Amino acid sequence: MASLAGMLTARRGRGAFDWTDWFSYGYLALGLLLMFGPVVWLVLSSFKSAAALNEFPPQLLPYGQKTVVVTGHEIPLPLYRVTLPDGTTRELAEVRRIGIQATLVDPKAPEQEYKVNIRDRKPVREFQLALNNYIEIFGKFSFGTFLWNSVFITVVATLITLLFNAMAAFALSKYRFGGRNAVFLLIISTLMIPPTIILVPNFLVVSELGLLNSLWGVIWPAVATPTGVFLLRQYMLTIPDELIEAARMDNASEWRIFWRIILPLSAPALAVLAIFSVMWRWNDFLWPLIVLSRTEKFTLQLALNAFQGELTTQWHYLLAMTVITLLPVTLVFAFLQRHITTGIAAAGVK
Amino acid sequence: MASLQLHRVVKRYGTTAVVHGIDLEVKDGEFVVFVGPSGCGKSTLLRMIAGLESVTEGDLLIDGTRVNDVSAAQRGLAMVFQSYALYPHMTVYQNLAFGLENLGAPRAEVDAKVKAAAKLLKLEALLERRPTQLSGGQRQRVAIGRAIVRDPTIFLFDEPLSNLDAELRVQMRAEITALHKRLGTTMIYVTHDQVEAMTMAHRIAVLRSGNVEQFGTPLELYNRPVNRFVAGFIGSPQMNFLNARIVGASDAGLRVLLDAAPTGESQPPLPIDGSAKTQQRVMLGIRPEHVAIGPTSGPALALTATIERVEQLGAASFLYCALGGGERLTVHAPGQVAFESGTQIKVSLPVAETHVFDTDESENAFRRR
Amino acid sequence: MNALDPPMRALQRVLGVPRIAWMFVGPNLAILGLFTFLPIVINFYFAFTGGVQLYPSERPFTGTENLSTLFDCGSYLDPATCRKDLFWRSIYNTGEFALLQVALMVALALVTALVLNRKILGRGFFRGVFFYPVLLSPVVVALIWKWVLQREGVLNAVLASAGSSPVGWLSDANWAFFWCVFVSIWAHMGFYTLILLAGLQAIPADLYEAAEMDGTSPWRRFSRITLPLLMPNLIVVLVLGLIRAVQIFDEVFVLTGGGPGSATTFIVQFIYQTGFAESIHQYGLAAAASLVLALSLLVLTLVQLRITRKNLDSPAGRGDG
Ligand SMILES: Nc1ncnc2c1ncn2[C@@H]1O[C@H](COP(=O)(O)OP(=O)(O)O)[C@@H](O)[C@H]1O
Ligand SMILES: [Mg+2]
Repeated sequence: MASLAGMLTARRGRGAFDWTDWFSYGYLALGLLLMFGPVVWLVLSSFKSAAALNEFPPQLLPYGQKTVVVTGHEIPLPLYRVTLPDGTTRELAEVRRIGIQATLVDPKAPEQEYKVNIRDRKPVREFQLALNNYIEIFGKFSFGTFLWNSVFITVVATLITLLFNAMAAFALSKYRFGGRNAVFLLIISTLMIPPTIILVPNFLVVSELGLLNSLWGVIWPAVATPTGVFLLRQYMLTIPDELIEAARMDNASEWRIFWRIILPLSAPALAVLAIFSVMWRWNDFLWPLIVLSRTEKFTLQLALNAFQGELTTQWHYLLAMTVITLLPVTLVFAFLQRHITTGIAAAGVK
Repeated sequence: MASLQLHRVVKRYGTTAVVHGIDLEVKDGEFVVFVGPSGCGKSTLLRMIAGLESVTEGDLLIDGTRVNDVSAAQRGLAMVFQSYALYPHMTVYQNLAFGLENLGAPRAEVDAKVKAAAKLLKLEALLERRPTQLSGGQRQRVAIGRAIVRDPTIFLFDEPLSNLDAELRVQMRAEITALHKRLGTTMIYVTHDQVEAMTMAHRIAVLRSGNVEQFGTPLELYNRPVNRFVAGFIGSPQMNFLNARIVGASDAGLRVLLDAAPTGESQPPLPIDGSAKTQQRVMLGIRPEHVAIGPTSGPALALTATIERVEQLGAASFLYCALGGGERLTVHAPGQVAFESGTQIKVSLPVAETHVFDTDESENAFRRR
Repeated sequence: MNALDPPMRALQRVLGVPRIAWMFVGPNLAILGLFTFLPIVINFYFAFTGGVQLYPSERPFTGTENLSTLFDCGSYLDPATCRKDLFWRSIYNTGEFALLQVALMVALALVTALVLNRKILGRGFFRGVFFYPVLLSPVVVALIWKWVLQREGVLNAVLASAGSSPVGWLSDANWAFFWCVFVSIWAHMGFYTLILLAGLQAIPADLYEAAEMDGTSPWRRFSRITLPLLMPNLIVVLVLGLIRAVQIFDEVFVLTGGGPGSATTFIVQFIYQTGFAESIHQYGLAAAASLVLALSLLVLTLVQLRITRKNLDSPAGRGDG
């Protein structure tokens, strides 16, 4: 018990629980609310039906109207709490409604019908997830296509990024060739050339290559990342040269040394770069927005943007799509938080 | 199996030369050791032979063919590295098989050769382990196995035992020697440890600052070191060097006067040719095991020494003595001795065992008869 | 990839060993050349040509016309007097945004890092909490907040329960600007917190212990030990934050679309609209505006290099690789 109390009040130094401790925990609580609150709210909302989303003020949890199966009726009937003319209240199922008059029956004794004014009945509600939001987006909006486009770009671009960057990093860390330093500087210098300043000419290049409205138009310009080369090079420098020499004595070609020795041994650094690359490509927006203008080529991000821009936004679908879009990144984060944060701290990039 | 010749081989990094024109010939089936202090260029020389470093100048011939421009893989040699350089992500089996797979050998042949090498080196039980799960000695064996499976024409070893503890080192020394007997392949072995060199080699090349000081059999090096550097490098404890000057040369031999010798006593001539000027300063060398306590039967130089420290090993004893003028003398006495430190003793230096060197370490020694 | 071995071996025989390195850097250099270095050159060409054609040879050379169009102003202090008033509005907006956002964000990141550096319960968890939004895509970030901020959103509901009337958070110019700043801080603060936290953890603990033994007050410990030792990280974070803030686009574009009016239109959106979104694609004008953006980034980068000096040790730069 004492140790639990000690843990709960863990703080800096040995003195009393002073104002800085109160401030810290207060700050963290506020941070938790601000950082996670909106995301939680989004996820909760995505499980609400269109009707529930239109309510103001909104309910915290997704609720839907309770239904019951009544003998003699094929589909389940909505349940209401009804105030009968005699003043009693009962839970009845609505059979039909005409104008302001509703006809209800007792689910247990469906023979007798009650006719009441619709003002005298209130829907009985229960906790209900509107999973239909998630199911319908696949049929209605070719959401599957957008998902596939995003997955394709992310996976293919990441694989090529890993390969190309590892090759360059291998050359820059394990060979002494004329121009090596110049090449390294050239690659690193591109860190200072953000894509936002070369949008127009890049558009020209991509269109001359016939890659407009092609997923490859998003993939190719993204695969030579200076960050990746730098990260992998630093790691490969720690691989002993003797291993490469041993492999040379073992008759391995330089390519085989790269493929069989260097790549497997660089796995930890490759994993970090893979995580980065997946996040970059999955989240890309501006460049795909420029290159991909045909709806069937949209990535998830472009699709989300297009839907939210429509005149009457169908929020129940949009929210479900947003949740699906943030899901992979969230999973990656949940399982690999340590790798990501240490990787970022080491490389100074995101 | 192959022979190896080096003709005026030079290695320069930029403008600094680290190997200065070496001539060397290794015969087919020979076990040659390159020995020398750290940084003298042994590894560089070995790596040039391996093809891992380019040869700046001169020719490198294997079986009479110039191979300067042949890649490491195609020279058909195998190398065992100081750090073993085992592939950490592969099992022992995969480590051994990698070289053969690179040659595109059929699976069955790879398997047979790997199994055979594993049997030879008693690695059969370890084939599925990774290098990190092995002891130092086992890693060493895998590194050797990786060389064996490829049937190389020459084995190259770069200080392969320096990461092992003393006991294992002795054991592996014997195993490598046995392996050489069994395979009969030419081996070139680099070490900074003269004991390894003496115990394993057919012939030893003593290197110093990128030059071969002497190339010969272990006993040649021991008995007839060409200069003071080689004399001091070979043998443990080190040969004693005593300051002296030449006082005369005749048919009887060279007469020298030790600085530490009592003046006035007449000393016998040494069986050494001397065309040198009298009064030239020289160094007289004698190995600790040749210094006798008390008088000897043959002609000898006599000295008085004060024992400073005694090391009793049981089978032998080392006496560390001081001479006049701050010079030191180590005496290796067989068996056990009853001396205490501080005692004065008379020692004799039998003239048949003496060497006379120039004061310059690398100048040629005076020729012994 | 084993199939690649024979051709690679042949190539190695032709090139020799050190030169085979060019084969390994080749693909990377080709991609960079095609999609980074070549575009830099072409961008200059575009900036000095006019017309609506994309293909360079079909574009008439117009000299500095694009630049003078952009810079044609009655008074540079008043965007309304400029021919391209949107350009100037976006520049003023960007400047205001960058200064406000970076100042607030770095201050908050510092506080957060200081709190997270204490011996608190669930430190790893809270670090994750603050870092999580960094990984979300800008579009998702914008939608999360758009959902919170819309007229029937949860924020107005909370206000309503407190008896106040709903506010048009994204339709009022000042509020919209505020929320752009807020949301971009929300999305990026975790990254800067992490860098500052790494800096804090690199400060040797015995410095604090020694100070504590001397009876130094907490405030003095902060101002005399923590702040000076953290200064290099703070500067990196400041400049890096500015470089990125100047390029703000994605979140804002989805959140407000640059509106209401041009209240939240920033320079990258101006380039995007001019070059790609409007019915006439004015590539030349967009390229000229890119030059202006590039120039300001160059200045910031030089400042960064000058301050950090160890330019190659930490490739802190752009956010997408
Ligand atoms: N790549 C290199 N560049 C410059 N000097 C080198 C290089 N490799 C070795 N050297 C120098 O060459 C000399 C011999 O090195 P080495 O052959 O490794 O000596 P050792 O006899 O200890 O194996 C050393 O002085 C070393 O500093
Ligand atoms: Mg060496």
